[in-house]
Amino acid sequence: MTNLKTITMFLFLFLIAMTSLPSITHCRTLIIPNTEKLMESTCKKTPNYNVCLQSLKAYPGSSGTDVNGLAQIMVKVMRSKANDAINMIHELQRSRPSKALSSCASKYNAIVIGDIPEATEALAKGDPKFAENGANDAANEATFCESGFNGKSPLTQQNNAMHDVSAVTAAIVRLLL
Amino acid sequence: MLSWQRTAFHFQPDKNWMNDPNGPVYYKEWYHFFYQYNPNDAVWGDIVWGHAVSRDMIHWLYLPIAMVPDQWYDANGVWTGSATILSDGQLVMLYTGSTNESVQVQNLAYPADPSDPLLLNWTKYDKNPVLSPPPGIHYRDFRDPTTAMLTSEGKWRISIGSKINKTGIALIYDTEDFKNFELKNGWLRAVQGTGMWECVDFYPVSSINDVGLDTSAYGDGVKHVVKVSLDDDRNDYYAIGSYDEKLASFLPDDVKNDVGIGLRYDYGNFYASKTFFDPSKQRRILWGWITEYDSECVDRTKSWASLQGIPRTVRLDRKTWSNLIQWPVEEVNSLRLRSSEFKDLKAKPGSVVPLQVETATQLDIVAEFEVDKEALETTLPESDTDYICESSGGASGRGALGPFGLLVLADAGLSEFTPLYFYVSKGLNGSLRTTFCSDQSRSSVATNVNKKVLGSVVPVFGGEKLSLRVLVDHSIVESFAQGGRTCVTSRVYPTRAIYGAAKLFVFNNATDATVTASIKVWQMNSAFIRPYHPETDT
Repeated sequence: MTNLKTITMFLFLFLIAMTSLPSITHCRTLIIPNTEKLMESTCKKTPNYNVCLQSLKAYPGSSGTDVNGLAQIMVKVMRSKANDAINMIHELQRSRPSKALSSCASKYNAIVIGDIPEATEALAKGDPKFAENGANDAANEATFCESGFNGKSPLTQQNNAMHDVSAVTAAIVRLLL
Repeated sequence: MLSWQRTAFHFQPDKNWMNDPNGPVYYKEWYHFFYQYNPNDAVWGDIVWGHAVSRDMIHWLYLPIAMVPDQWYDANGVWTGSATILSDGQLVMLYTGSTNESVQVQNLAYPADPSDPLLLNWTKYDKNPVLSPPPGIHYRDFRDPTTAMLTSEGKWRISIGSKINKTGIALIYDTEDFKNFELKNGWLRAVQGTGMWECVDFYPVSSINDVGLDTSAYGDGVKHVVKVSLDDDRNDYYAIGSYDEKLASFLPDDVKNDVGIGLRYDYGNFYASKTFFDPSKQRRILWGWITEYDSECVDRTKSWASLQGIPRTVRLDRKTWSNLIQWPVEEVNSLRLRSSEFKDLKAKPGSVVPLQVETATQLDIVAEFEVDKEALETTLPESDTDYICESSGGASGRGALGPFGLLVLADAGLSEFTPLYFYVSKGLNGSLRTTFCSDQSRSSVATNVNKKVLGSVVPVFGGEKLSLRVLVDHSIVESFAQGGRTCVTSRVYPTRAIYGAAKLFVFNNATDATVTASIKVWQMNSAFIRPYHPETDT
């Protein structure tokens, strides 16, 4: 009898414990509700709400930040997309080198070495308009890269991603002006 | 790379990025010019104060960097500032520092050796910052202090731009020593919806003659100008009005053209501008930053970005009373070499006439146009929709009385050209309206350049011929319509109309009117802008 009681109590306590613990089993980054609201309202003011929200939410450390912080996160997302494109370009250059591909390589190089550090510094130091310049420029470079293939681009996915993320970044920076 | 884009007589550093003009001042018979500069890259960043001097504001000599971010209070940027010459001739500089925590503060600096006419070294006040953002002002909305003006109480008064939500404002501070400041109640001016006011400039203009005024001038015969650079649209706006010293407030003559919503110095590429008073020739001089209109990728390829416009004199237009007149400083005329003159050239509707001028990449052009009187009188009025350069489609859109003007930086086959044109239209009540545009849409076969058509309406009095002055310098075209009533700066990047292949044409794309043009064209010498040499430069 004592064993059954113990087991029952144990089970009971176990059940209570399981239902009152936070859902850490879902492997989802905990986002403070205020930040989530800020992300949603900010993303509504950008040309691509879904890209904006997904980018911000996926980024570790998105909690407890302001619009300037969200812009800084987007610049990091821009860098990551640019690197994706560069990796793809290098792969393609091994099997199918072309003038258009080389041109894209230099454009993405410029994004990583020029636009992104410019935007990062501008947001960190408090003169956001230069971040807008950098983000707009990156969006343009992606468009020019794509148009260089005259319709038969092997980089469409990467260029679209770069363009969309940059356009979202520029829109968020505009809110700071 | 792309070396044909570099200019011959516009200020630009040897390489890398430049932006705002800083602290322009005349001191010990040298014109000093400082500028926001990135010593490491061709995009904005790592900002320091570059420095150059000149005897004539045209032949510039590079000097070493004047100030770097070496203190906690400017660690994140030695940003824009202005010079003030005190009553005893002392020079003080106030500038914005972005602190190590990115707070915008104002700092005091002065020449390390005031007897050095080159002002090579600068000392920062050891108790900087002298101003921090006041309550209610965001710590990142507090920058670009103006030159100070002396009040009748013997205090020095400066203005600093900011914003409250979306209302742009100019704060006013009084000081006796540039170390302790008193924030005055109220704003110099505030205008809703204009956003952050950068690079505020606040100065007097004479209403009785064309002479420039010392920044502290006040009283009869003096009107004031408040100018701002709007962060939101990257344009410089000004308003003319009255300044009340006691109330420290400014009232524009025309509230419809209030600060930030009315007139612009320049309807093209022109930002962060700043004036100073030149006591040696009693004139007010305007500097403006001309950024690139190509992509940043190309800027990094060619290793440089940005120019300064040719300095302009600024004065009140005492015919219209509602705008300023700007004109390139007369010293630019010293660059004129050979000239070609074309008198009473008749351009029929739909014509393009080449002007034989040898090389057409460095030019000073002065032109007058007269529209055939009969056409002006007999043309039927169009609708009252105003001709707007930006949406007009450029010089290929034909009207009865326009467009007509010049094609600069054009190649012989006209695959690349930049039209600078007047468009005259007749409103329903018979009155004429003249617009001046600088059309970048066909300026280059390259795709990654700005192709906008820029410009604005020009005030023209009855009896006045249409006049145009243009400075062409490789990748910059500065146009001054009607004696400087309407100015448009363009950046263009031809790939074929370069060096010896660049040509000049007159054109008339109107359908009805013949246009008579009288044009004088000078080849312009280089200004040989280079580093200062102690042995040879005096």
